[in-house]
Amino acid sequence: MEREDVKSVLESLLFVADGPLTLQRCAEVLEGVSKDEIRSVLDQMQGELESQRRGVRLVEVAGGYQLRTAKLNADWVKKFLGGRPARMSRATLETLAIIAYRQPITRAEIEAIRGVDVDGVINTLIERRLIRPVGRKDVPGRPFLYATTPEFLQLFNLKDLTHLPTLKEMEEIALPEDAGEAVPLDPTETER
Amino acid sequence: MSTRVQLDIFEGPLDLLLHLIKKNEVSITDIPIATITEQYLATLDLMQTLNLDVAGEFLVMAATLVHIKSRMLLPAAEDEDDEEEGVDPREELIRRLLEYQRFKDAAHQLEQRELLTRDVFARCAARPEEVCPSVFHEVSVFELVGALQRVLERLPKESVHEITLDKITVREKMTLLLDALRGSGKVLFDSLFGEAKTRMEVVVTFLAMLELVKVRALRIFQDEPSGPIVIEALAGMDQASEGLAAEETKEEPHGT
Repeated sequence: MEREDVKSVLESLLFVADGPLTLQRCAEVLEGVSKDEIRSVLDQMQGELESQRRGVRLVEVAGGYQLRTAKLNADWVKKFLGGRPARMSRATLETLAIIAYRQPITRAEIEAIRGVDVDGVINTLIERRLIRPVGRKDVPGRPFLYATTPEFLQLFNLKDLTHLPTLKEMEEIALPEDAGEAVPLDPTETER
Repeated sequence: MSTRVQLDIFEGPLDLLLHLIKKNEVSITDIPIATITEQYLATLDLMQTLNLDVAGEFLVMAATLVHIKSRMLLPAAEDEDDEEEGVDPREELIRRLLEYQRFKDAAHQLEQRELLTRDVFARCAARPEEVCPSVFHEVSVFELVGALQRVLERLPKESVHEITLDKITVREKMTLLLDALRGSGKVLFDSLFGEAKTRMEVVVTFLAMLELVKVRALRIFQDEPSGPIVIEALAGMDQASEGLAAEETKEEPHGT
């Protein structure tokens, strides 16, 4: 099969796919074409869509490839689709971040970090299919352990969990914004 | 020292503390406990004045702050043996603040990404948020109990004293309810109880419904305030019915 034909077929598959399309799936359809070649064609397509500033772009997300609209056109697409933009509350976002970086994790462990009850938020996240219970922790009460879903990766445009933005180190956060002001810990200092 | 507080919506005591630390332009690792405690308590006062619900967690933190403050006022421990260099009473709090700040930053970074349905769109996964028609009004427990009350009132008044062994179990009712939902995906709350003849049966049906809500097999909502209460199947439904089927084979007696 000629490379151009492979490219054409892949474009069609991407068009009809209702979620991220895995290399595996492409290879099953395109019998005889190696995954390496498929990947190379997809990478080429991705580059072309990008460089020609096309309205759709090819992104690697949640373990597959998906055509998505260009970010530049977001306002137009929103206007066309109508409806309110999906907003996520800070509580939801923070809880989701904790789960994403610390999965699998129990409610109690999340609450220990956030310092507040997270029952409602957890339920919202389950309902939005962004997290799911993946088992129970072997401690008294056998609490549920939660982890993120492929939908989470899709929502945040992540290839997989290893592509999460790196968590800052504690020391990095501890640094005051205007360095130099920092004084060594001295319990008596601040109280006078 | 100004105690004027600007009230934002705080996610919790740690969030409030971080806000105060930022406002005072001090370092997390060197919190001026007296000042921050004073402002923290002033904020709680304000929240109470505004009749905001001050959650228990805020009060626990207030106690923690006062405790740390008092420990810092004590002269450096006399038994220097077990306090090499003197452990900072703020240490644990600082650790928690840093940890929380870390995830706040992570959340912020996540939010900056190209979000599906906000910045970019895919063909079928069109509008996950808008797929749900209109805005649902959550049914409060009181409305639910009110609806139960109405069903109970509809029961035939004459109470014949016939003693029958009650055979309905919560589990059976759960199965029936799931079957009903599998057909249409939705049923009206009131229609659930059409068949019910006894108070016990109504109660068992109600419990079955709550059980299923608990395992997220269904949800209960109204399209409009005081409109009909609708019960709708959720994703957890199949799992729930598999679970029920599995349990049934065990033939474990279950009270009604």
